[in-house]
Amino acid sequence: MLELVNISKYYNMGSVNEMCLFKDFNFQVQDGEFVSVVGSNGSGKTSLLNIICGSIEVEEGDVIVGGVNISKQKDFVRHKRIGRVFQDPSKGTCPSMTILENMSLADNKGKAYGLAPCVNKARMDYYKEILSQLNLGLEDKLHVRVGALSGGQRQAVALLMATMTPIEFLILDEHTAALDPKTAEIIMELTDKIVKEKNLTTLMVTHNLRYAVEYGSRLIMMHEGTVIMDKSGEEKKNLSTEDIMGTFNRISVECGN
Amino acid sequence: MTLLLSVLEQGMIYAIMALGVYITYKILDFPDLTVDGSFPMGAAIAVVLIDKGCNPYLTLPIAFVAGAVVGILTGIIHVKLKVRDLLSGIIMMTGLYTVNLRIAGRANFPIYTCQNIFDNNFVNAIIPESLSGYKVVLVIFVLTVIVKLLLDAYLKTKSGFMLRAVGDNDTIVTSLGVDKGLIKIMGLAIANGLVTLSGCMFAQQQRYFDVSMGTGTVVIGLASVIIGTSIFKNISFLKVTTSVIIGSLLYKGCVALAIRIGLESRDLKLITAGMFLIILVLGNERKKKVKAC
Repeated sequence: MLELVNISKYYNMGSVNEMCLFKDFNFQVQDGEFVSVVGSNGSGKTSLLNIICGSIEVEEGDVIVGGVNISKQKDFVRHKRIGRVFQDPSKGTCPSMTILENMSLADNKGKAYGLAPCVNKARMDYYKEILSQLNLGLEDKLHVRVGALSGGQRQAVALLMATMTPIEFLILDEHTAALDPKTAEIIMELTDKIVKEKNLTTLMVTHNLRYAVEYGSRLIMMHEGTVIMDKSGEEKKNLSTEDIMGTFNRISVECGN
Repeated sequence: MTLLLSVLEQGMIYAIMALGVYITYKILDFPDLTVDGSFPMGAAIAVVLIDKGCNPYLTLPIAFVAGAVVGILTGIIHVKLKVRDLLSGIIMMTGLYTVNLRIAGRANFPIYTCQNIFDNNFVNAIIPESLSGYKVVLVIFVLTVIVKLLLDAYLKTKSGFMLRAVGDNDTIVTSLGVDKGLIKIMGLAIANGLVTLSGCMFAQQQRYFDVSMGTGTVVIGLASVIIGTSIFKNISFLKVTTSVIIGSLLYKGCVALAIRIGLESRDLKLITAGMFLIILVLGNERKKKVKAC
């Protein structure tokens, strides 16, 4: 179980622009849950992910995974068991290296990066196999630099790279937002497939309410640093985009937007 | 002929330094000014050890290790103490001036009579008399090729892939559960090791050490890297390391030509700076054109 306990997070501490995002924020994710996170800009969705991954520090509170407090762990240590895909497709891959080199790099995650050759020819068939399930023709482009691929192709490679090795958590930060609707659909279906196959505990931030409703086992809506809607199980299944949109509009009106 | 030989000799020695600069500037995106201090440090180590009777070939690994330590220090200043990249280099470069004086003991240190990696019983024995005029260039060629092949091999290892990744996109290094700071420090260590190695060879080719011989080294290195990588950018069968070596030779050739057509050797640094400026501006032109398309 992943727990956030009494988290407090301030931005611009000590200046006139000081802003409190989270105050005594508590949140739990059960093992194997696929949580979709929706909410307006500035509601704390991405900050929530960054706090879990250790990319930003918190003023107070703890991050606990399986009963162990990991608040003091550095970000790179936490990432050993986290796979992460970013909104920006270029963040998940190395542009000047080929698909094969990128895949080899990711395939070694969790092991030592020593002086053995990185590209293992014996693994090439496996890379081709997982690339071919994308139906993007990438399996024939193993020696093409990733920088020469389109955003959608890159994001697909990034998703495969993030989930290639055994991980416990998958963190998706609007990972379909920069893609065209068709590619986004492919990526989303692939995500769902991987999450189910590997039984990953997943947190997905998205602005696409349809994805939030269709995919995942739980849906939360964030607003000004609090969870204002939390549906799982049967409740989540019966949820429609209209329901979420209704709540969304209501809070927006309250804020005067 | 002498001119060509000296271009080849110095061009290849400086090429090893340029390979180091390639690691920091191109791979790590870190303009490392430490180079101006670590290059003469290699020279200082060479002359002192040879003067003390050390085997000339032993000076090469010693210089490399000393350079690596210097690189680690630059890395720690930048990564752990969070000083900006340029400033970390300037701090190290300034400090190393004194260190180099301390190592050599004085500002000038000739070793004209001693054996060195180019002129010793071993080399004199295996290179026939008829080729004795070329023995310096032959030895340099062999050493440069060894360094290039080792670097090529290293860049294919897991550790080498990490080094390339950290310059390309350091977010992914964190995502892969690796400390990007450590990788940067490691890259700086290898780079400065190569630079010091190059300085060590340079002192033996010139047969002297001078405390100010490092001034402008980083500019020469950057110029070689930029010439090499931009001219041969579209030739895919050429390894980048090869391009950098050719870049260094071309650069030395241009400088030699400038001196040949009437400029004096005291104008050298100005030529160096001027050429670097031209190369940078031309490089920018190309980028703009690409953007306009």
